[in-house]
Amino acid sequence: MATNTQIDVVMPQMGVSVSEGTITKWLKQEGEPIAADESLLEISTDKVDTEVPSPGEGVVARILVQEGETVEVGTVLAVIAPEGTDVGTPTQEDMPPAPATQEAADEAMASASEGVGDVAQATEPEQPQAPAPPPGPTPQPAAPAAGAENGKTFLSPVVARIASEHGVDVSRVQGTGTGGRVTKKDLLAFVEAGASTKATPPPAAAPSAPESPPQAATPVAPQAPPQAPPRAPSAPPQAIPSPPAELAEGESVEPMNAMRKGIAEHMRRSLDTAAHVTSAIEVDMSKVVAIREKLKQEYQAAYGVNPTYLSFVARATVETLRDYPWINGEIRGDKIVTRNYVNLGFAVELADGKGLIVPVVKNTEGLNLLGMARAVTEIAARARDKKLMPDDVQGGTFTITNPGGYGTFHGTPVISQPQAAILGTYAVVKRPWVAQDELGKDVIAIRPIMNLTLTYDHRLVDGALAGRFLRDLRQRLESWGESDY
Amino acid sequence: MPEMTYLQAISDGLRGEMRRDDRVFVIGEDVGVYGGAFKVTLGFQEEFGPWRVIDSPLAETAIVGACTGAAMMGMRPVAEMQFADFVSCAWDHLVTVAAKQRFRAGTPVPIVVRLPSGGGFSGGPFHSQNPESSFAHIPGLKCVCPATPEDAKGLLISAIEDPNPVLFFEHKHLYRRIKGEVPEGRYTVPFGKARTHREGDDVSVITWGAMVYTAGEAAKQLETEDVSVEIIDLRTVIPWDREAVLASARKTSKVLVLHEDTRTGGFGAEIAATIAEEAFEDLDGPVKRLAAPDTPVPFSPVLEKAFIPQVDDVVAGLRELAAY
Repeated sequence: MATNTQIDVVMPQMGVSVSEGTITKWLKQEGEPIAADESLLEISTDKVDTEVPSPGEGVVARILVQEGETVEVGTVLAVIAPEGTDVGTPTQEDMPPAPATQEAADEAMASASEGVGDVAQATEPEQPQAPAPPPGPTPQPAAPAAGAENGKTFLSPVVARIASEHGVDVSRVQGTGTGGRVTKKDLLAFVEAGASTKATPPPAAAPSAPESPPQAATPVAPQAPPQAPPRAPSAPPQAIPSPPAELAEGESVEPMNAMRKGIAEHMRRSLDTAAHVTSAIEVDMSKVVAIREKLKQEYQAAYGVNPTYLSFVARATVETLRDYPWINGEIRGDKIVTRNYVNLGFAVELADGKGLIVPVVKNTEGLNLLGMARAVTEIAARARDKKLMPDDVQGGTFTITNPGGYGTFHGTPVISQPQAAILGTYAVVKRPWVAQDELGKDVIAIRPIMNLTLTYDHRLVDGALAGRFLRDLRQRLESWGESDY
Repeated sequence: MPEMTYLQAISDGLRGEMRRDDRVFVIGEDVGVYGGAFKVTLGFQEEFGPWRVIDSPLAETAIVGACTGAAMMGMRPVAEMQFADFVSCAWDHLVTVAAKQRFRAGTPVPIVVRLPSGGGFSGGPFHSQNPESSFAHIPGLKCVCPATPEDAKGLLISAIEDPNPVLFFEHKHLYRRIKGEVPEGRYTVPFGKARTHREGDDVSVITWGAMVYTAGEAAKQLETEDVSVEIIDLRTVIPWDREAVLASARKTSKVLVLHEDTRTGGFGAEIAATIAEEAFEDLDGPVKRLAAPDTPVPFSPVLEKAFIPQVDDVVAGLRELAAY
């Protein structure tokens, strides 16, 4: 039959899974007449190569896809026009109707029981009214007034749970859900906002706890029963969140960050756990100072590493700990654990001055002075720059803290649990020192002196043991030879 | 990694297993000389011969029956149903014999039945169905529904390796439309492990097969409305990854279960019920299902479009849940 209107020739679907086809050859050219079902072109697809017949009689008005091109199924390949018509470009209005909605199709399906022929017809009248529903969910905002009470009173399971966990009165929360319902997001936002305003009370309560430890930290009561329940007396669970003290004139508050809370918890727990005692010793650092002066240039030039006093002390400590396994040990349950390695922790202040972390150098028993200096520098830098990995702060067996940089000459640090002791190193200070001259006579000399403290858990380490440890450590530092370590 | 279509990935996995293991053979209608209705086994008969790539009569009962017997005798048959719809002819062999043999007599039945399924091309009621939920209900059968080429190959190899009957639902709409990188050589994708197709915070879509892409399009559209959608691709319906689904439900508190199969008794119902049971206190809205209506798949392109969940339907469903 001759066509009355333009007909598009589209890339046919050659099998259900085929999505595209390639034009291999046009059998007619633009302007040539063609009969219905006469072959117009050849195509090639994943499954078959075939000829495409003309869907009607007329003239090949336009060829839109050239030989060799691959196009998707349904793409218009050519236009057949009635003979003698002036041919324009294909219009978009000729495209298939807009998709019907599920509802329209459902109705059509329902009325389709008579037979397939009816289905096609049934869809036709449905289409005009079909496009209306697409903005489906929008009707909901229209109903807030009616649903308001409902929205306020209905709590979804998760909202009910979070509200009860945080003790929130949901009626005080602004709801943004259907009908003003309070959603999980609304509630979480409320809790979060409330946390920052209500966070005021807890810090106020916190100072009262830390007030006592200074006394507790002094080495007075080594006879405390080892099994004393650590936390019960000092921190009844109720105590922390209780009194919402008002801010007084001139006071300001800031939230406690996670690290601060962690430090607070650990310090309190350590004092509640270990029987802290501190012993101190003075060390003449003359030899170390001299050797360091020499090594400094060599290490800097050759390795870019500064041999700090701390690395000398650390090196000597590791060596000394070999003879004092308990000081490098821990109490685990009712057993004493010792080890053949020293994982050395170093207390490091964060760059912002608002926190402390103790990175650990593993297996320091295998490090010489250069290795120790390098490891300490490297891990301290990573600690300050917050680039530590979780593994870097675990597994310590002994800790050194070095507050001496500020000139302090003594302190009573808190043990990092579950270790047995912590070594404090202090400023190297030139002091008048009674020494012997070459004739064995007492003279007063100027010597660089460093104080060292060992704070130990008296449950495991007795005073005599600590004293011997400090003596040996001093001996190592004072007799440091040029070829040592 | 080479890029392959979903179909090529299936071919590649099957060919690799046949080269590796003499027990693996293929049987089905036109799988041999013709290379299969969709050309999954094109060139297989030339390579493996007519005794390992068997053209069967048009009798699904015979195909699955033969596979079951061969499997009991130690073979690893891979059957092809020309269309998933035709598997109903083999229901008795699958459900009565293959699914129960191991429980009844202790005999493993390691068969794979490949099922080209799904619609979207006007295939009508006999060439478009997604019958996974019917078989998901039968203890003893596993149901696999890959969405990506990589998963299709890895899951097919797992299916062949599995000592139980496995129904492998290959979505026809994905065969040549979806391309992706597929690792060379042999690898497996485990059953019962969902894949997070997209991470999001506001609403979860639990789906599988071709609907993964429909959900993906919808999620992309909702980006502009500041709705963050998480998409979990189950990959296998039996066994299904309850932990992954529940974790996502707990995270977003709002869940849309989406499938191309019809609604009533569809597998989405099982998922929705499980979420309601296990994650009730984490829900901030109703668990919604979006599925095809309860009718046979229509021929008419317009009706079929209305029948199969479309991107717009998913967008509307998600928008509604997000606003709830």
